[in-house]
Amino acid sequence: MKMELPAELQHRMDGVIAQYPVSRRSATLPLLHLVQEHFGYIEDEAINWIAAKLELEPINVLELVTFYPMFRREPAGKHHIRVCRTLSCAMAGGYELLDTFCKHARISRQENGHGAHLLKSQDGKYSIEFVECLASCGFGPVCMINDDFYEAVSQEEVPQLLEKYQ
Amino acid sequence: MSEPTQLFNVQIDGVWHQFKKGTRVIEACAQAGKFVPHYCYHPKLSSPGNCRMCLIEMGMPKLGPDRKPEIGADGKPVINWIPRAQISCAQDVAEGMGIRTDSPMVKECRNGVMEFLLINHPLDCPICDQAGECQLQEYSVEFGTAGSRFLEDKVKKPKRVELGPRVTLDDERCILCSRCIRFMREIAHDDVLGFVSRGSHTYLTAHPNRLLDSNYSLNTVDICPVGALTSTDFRFKMRVWFLKETKSICTSCATGCNTIIGTRQNQIFRQTPRENDAVNSAWMCDYGRLNFHSVNSTDRLKTPRVREGQGLVDTTWNKALVKSGEELKQFSKDEIAVIASGKMTNEELWLAKDLVASIGTSRHDIIPRTGEADDILMSTDRNPNILGAQLIGLTGEKPGLGLEDIAEGVRSGAIKAIVALGEDLTQFGLTADELRKLASLIVMDILPNDTTRSATVLLPSSAFSEKRGSMINIKGRLQRLNRATQPPGLARDDWEIIRDLIQQLTGSDGIYLIEDVFKQMAESISEMNALSLSRIGDKGVQLVEETEEAPAAV
Repeated sequence: MKMELPAELQHRMDGVIAQYPVSRRSATLPLLHLVQEHFGYIEDEAINWIAAKLELEPINVLELVTFYPMFRREPAGKHHIRVCRTLSCAMAGGYELLDTFCKHARISRQENGHGAHLLKSQDGKYSIEFVECLASCGFGPVCMINDDFYEAVSQEEVPQLLEKYQ
Repeated sequence: MSEPTQLFNVQIDGVWHQFKKGTRVIEACAQAGKFVPHYCYHPKLSSPGNCRMCLIEMGMPKLGPDRKPEIGADGKPVINWIPRAQISCAQDVAEGMGIRTDSPMVKECRNGVMEFLLINHPLDCPICDQAGECQLQEYSVEFGTAGSRFLEDKVKKPKRVELGPRVTLDDERCILCSRCIRFMREIAHDDVLGFVSRGSHTYLTAHPNRLLDSNYSLNTVDICPVGALTSTDFRFKMRVWFLKETKSICTSCATGCNTIIGTRQNQIFRQTPRENDAVNSAWMCDYGRLNFHSVNSTDRLKTPRVREGQGLVDTTWNKALVKSGEELKQFSKDEIAVIASGKMTNEELWLAKDLVASIGTSRHDIIPRTGEADDILMSTDRNPNILGAQLIGLTGEKPGLGLEDIAEGVRSGAIKAIVALGEDLTQFGLTADELRKLASLIVMDILPNDTTRSATVLLPSSAFSEKRGSMINIKGRLQRLNRATQPPGLARDDWEIIRDLIQQLTGSDGIYLIEDVFKQMAESISEMNALSLSRIGDKGVQLVEETEEAPAAV
């Protein structure tokens, strides 16, 4: 296997696998999270690596990676923006918010079909995607930039927000 | 003695039946003569319960305050019906269970499921290869409605995906039943297929770095209920309703998988497995399945021929047979060798034995044919009737043991004539030059090779699909081949050719029906005593006790 994983990450993975003594397969999802957390995305090599580690076929892992929208198969931008589009936020202007982010972050708002939900600025600085409920329905529209959470975001404050993430 | 099987009382559409513990509800319904439509359920695979087509109404006995079932006026338990439909494929029968397969709710469910399944399914049935044997079509007729309320655009998915060397996939037609995925995982042990993405965008695929190249890949095409998985070899070659189906067996190895040969206008278009739990379950390997193209070959030997100088010239059957007899009569008995084949039927082998006796030679054998076995169906022995050849006595415990002596005899000149029945003699070390030196080489075969080209008399015969007869598989099961096509040109049935050769040598009265050949054989071979060709039936008869190991070939 070409992919080199740091010993510390491998150690964490072994710890996770040990939590599923009955079926190693159940460790697939947590391992994918660990890989994405570490590398920022899940490359094909990582899918093969996890499959080998859990004695599965790569297709078994690929099925999961493509099923869950939270898994990325390509790197996100340096700063990743998630805009909620579930009902309350959609009504409060989630769609417009995403458009405004795109405008100021110079992300071209091309047609992004199913399974290709990540939009990225050309310089790679920002990426953006719609997500489902971020659990603050009373204060829409809400978004997350990296791990920071923002409620009731107005379109006017978008430039300032982006300013914080250089 | 094992414990008696527990039986459960189950009410199906108002009638009480008894079923063994562990019977799945859908199977119980089938046993009671109530068909329940299904896509994802397959009797040989696990039940994921994902297609929802087998919805039925179900209930359990109503319990009184004492937790005992309430008994109704008919003396049977009163059933408490579950107010919503249940799938019948992933649920075992239980004591007192009630099932309704034809209630209004069930009908409405089926109708609804059909409508959902067709939402994204293309409606290009006229050009779909599955048309005519598509369960989506069949259930649409029976359980669907003519119109669709779906006005939106259908989801686009990959088309003409070559999943492997033999299977082509149309993802838009896939209804996501997962039979193919489960087959590859559970039966072929090559977990290469899966569903990616989600919701209505889900589609079937192999891992990008993997091919669906298992030797069992074409079984996925058989079990695909729709036109998603198609055989690259067969697709668009023939509308299936034109195919004449003949039950036969595969002759590519000693397993003898039961098959259906699909033909039209004397041409084989496909072979598919026929269910037989004693032999091949519901499967067959790709190698055996596709091993019929040589039968359709334009190179087939069609006319009897005799040697004239350096070449072979066409002649009549009568002249070819008379010449064979004349040639063989020139030699003393041990100057003649007979090479038979493990690909011959019992009837042919029986007559070949008679031919050997008529000649009086002790030099006879068959050519062993081996390959790698797998743990699924394929046998090490690639001769389909090795047990028959041994039982009838054309060869011994170690097939091919006598071949070296025969080859040596040809080289030393001790053997001057060979009768080769369906085998190329260069397979055991004789060269074409050495064969040419034989004073007489009588060859019966279907396709040209070094032996047929060296023949003094060439007798064109029939391929496996062109004959009726029997073979014994490696597990000792006597099975029957049926004629699906006619031999090309003047080519004849092998057994008739051998019979005529015997007649040339002995002048004895002939035998005119293959059934009579079997009868004659069955009278002499104790294992077959009570049998006739027709009594073998479609699924065969266990003839000799099942052997754990295949007899070792040389």
